[in-house]
Amino acid sequence: MTDYLWLLVALPLFGAVVNLFLGRRLGEPIAGWFGFVVVGVSFVLAAAAGFGFIIGTRAVETVLLFTWIPVVGADAAILWDPLSALLTLIVTGVGSLIHLYSIGYMHGDERYPRFFAFLNLFIASMLILVLAANYAVMFVGWELVGLSSYLLISFWFTKPSAAAAGKKAFIVNRIGDWGFLVALMIIFATFGTFDFQTIFEEAPLMFGVGSGVITAITLLLFVGAAGKSAQIPLYVWLPDAMEGPTPVSALIHAATMVTAGIFMIARSAVLFELAPLSGTVVATVGVLTALLAAVIAVAQTDIKRVLAYSTISQLGYMALGVGVGAYSAGLFHLTTHAFFKALLFLGAGSVIHAMGNEQDMRRMGGLRKAMPVTFVTMGTAWLAISGMFPFSGFWSKDEILAAAYARGDWYLVLWFVGVVVALITAFYMTRLFVMTFFGSRRWADDIHPHESPRTMTIPLVVLAVFTVVAGAFNTPWRLTFEHFLEPSFEGVPHPDALSDGLIIALGAVALAVATVGIVWGWRRYNRDELPAEVGPFWTRSLEAFGVDDFYGRWIVAPGRAVSEWFSDFVDPKVVDGVTHGIARGVVGSGSGMRAAQTGQVRWYASAIAVGGVVLIVLFLLLGGAF
Amino acid sequence: MTVTVTWYLLLGAALFSMGVAGVMIRRNALIMFMSIELMLNSVNLTLVALSKELGLVEGQVAALFVMVIAASEVTVGLAIIVAIFRTRASANVDELAELKG
Repeated sequence: MTDYLWLLVALPLFGAVVNLFLGRRLGEPIAGWFGFVVVGVSFVLAAAAGFGFIIGTRAVETVLLFTWIPVVGADAAILWDPLSALLTLIVTGVGSLIHLYSIGYMHGDERYPRFFAFLNLFIASMLILVLAANYAVMFVGWELVGLSSYLLISFWFTKPSAAAAGKKAFIVNRIGDWGFLVALMIIFATFGTFDFQTIFEEAPLMFGVGSGVITAITLLLFVGAAGKSAQIPLYVWLPDAMEGPTPVSALIHAATMVTAGIFMIARSAVLFELAPLSGTVVATVGVLTALLAAVIAVAQTDIKRVLAYSTISQLGYMALGVGVGAYSAGLFHLTTHAFFKALLFLGAGSVIHAMGNEQDMRRMGGLRKAMPVTFVTMGTAWLAISGMFPFSGFWSKDEILAAAYARGDWYLVLWFVGVVVALITAFYMTRLFVMTFFGSRRWADDIHPHESPRTMTIPLVVLAVFTVVAGAFNTPWRLTFEHFLEPSFEGVPHPDALSDGLIIALGAVALAVATVGIVWGWRRYNRDELPAEVGPFWTRSLEAFGVDDFYGRWIVAPGRAVSEWFSDFVDPKVVDGVTHGIARGVVGSGSGMRAAQTGQVRWYASAIAVGGVVLIVLFLLLGGAF
Repeated sequence: MTVTVTWYLLLGAALFSMGVAGVMIRRNALIMFMSIELMLNSVNLTLVALSKELGLVEGQVAALFVMVIAASEVTVGLAIIVAIFRTRASANVDELAELKG
């Protein structure tokens, strides 16, 4: 029944290899279609294997592929449970749509087959990450998605900014990986295995709630998650990652890879339940990230940067969700976000494509007539992310906020900030949408916006349908999604349930806030002349409050100084000094000794005679000492 | 005036010193060879003298061994010297320094 699960990973990997080596021969567009088909087949297989979870007839199982490092409990095994099934479906589902979209978007690119090779590699890596049955394999996938992300961000590496952005993403992620790696070491030292099931069974027996070891492990895991999922203080790579092609931004930097950190926390739910402090840290950092990113997003003028900061902000919500222990709420937002944010990015890509690579929203405007499909589909995503009823974002965001509210105390503060962020989100998304599609046209006369080709609009429509209806998977009165995930969270307590009245009240608050944000944004931007965005707030916010400069001055510069000290002093003087000194000593003593080797027998004989005499004298002097 | 063992030892020492001096001073390979023989035989004389004095037979046995070794050494050594002389028409050891490092 599950013999074919390995195909999920193998198919995209096969696609990557074929496109890498034979892509040029396949040519455009066959290379693209091939890449799309392997991922599509993966999706169909995943859907077939995951269907049992939906109707509730299937049990969690571990499929051993081959033994890798059995002594540390790290085998190449697939853990097929609702959680991994959900992520697999998102990755392959949204992934295949984005492959389809890329066939049109990347049209005419010199390295067209190479792009699909990298995309396929990413899908395979991400599936390794989500299907892993132990932390070791998960880490392999974790690093591989980092690699694919790097390759795809700097896909147009001839542009210096793209090459720099790729490096930045990779290096910042390494800092997070450090935390993950140390966490893994502690896990192994504590449990003697990397296997999920063993760890999650033993942890509650070995440790009580609030134990120091588990708190350390979970906090370090969160460092890793903060790197991958772009939380404070490691979020800085994500806005720059927008240098990559837009489908990459949609797939990796919005829908899938950046959610890996959230997924990892959800996977480690048992551990996080044992460390309430870590949960609070995750939730607090999440909310702060959401707030900061939302405020920065308000002032951005590059359409993709707005979406990048909005992604960071939404990831903050997800962190809040898993931080308060509402794992299914966090994962639900992850799911709906994958739909509407991928849709927003693909819509933005469609706009950029139509405008001849223009990304500045101040030079767009009035595009709704030229691009009806993009306009309508992006409109649904706009309402969804703003939290408008009944779009998916409303349900998932509301569920997270309700879960935070239910925890009380400190979480009430987080809930309040979360509501404020919802208001800002609605405002800046309306700003983006109105500046792009409404108002007067502000583009140059030689640009002729046009609707994108079929391969690009079909994914938009499919994603729009999910953006509208996905909320119905999990409403407070119909917890399909939560029941679906239940087998993955056995032994993890449910968050406190709220009364119906309170749920409706909280929903009403969220809805009111979203409406205010939308109306405010609408009134401010839906006019012929854009409002002047000058003043200290706009300037500071546009440059992201100088966080990059701050890191540059206080972290990168000292690091560089230390490296330079090592390369200019320690290496040439100390390290080379020791090796050169030894060599010089050998050479010196050698050339000194050479004088003795004259090649003259008489000289040697004299030396032997003198040596003999010296020895005899020594024997005589020292007497009985020998 | 009796001849004691000391006389033999002094003679042996004198012969040995002459041998050493010969090896160190002379350049001709044949003369050096003879000096080495002289040293060997001075040692033989010492061995035999002490063997008689102490009443131990081992000294005489050792002297016999030395003679055998000296004989074979002379064979090999002379062969080498002859070979060298054939190629260079000279037995001056100072000229034989090609192998020095």
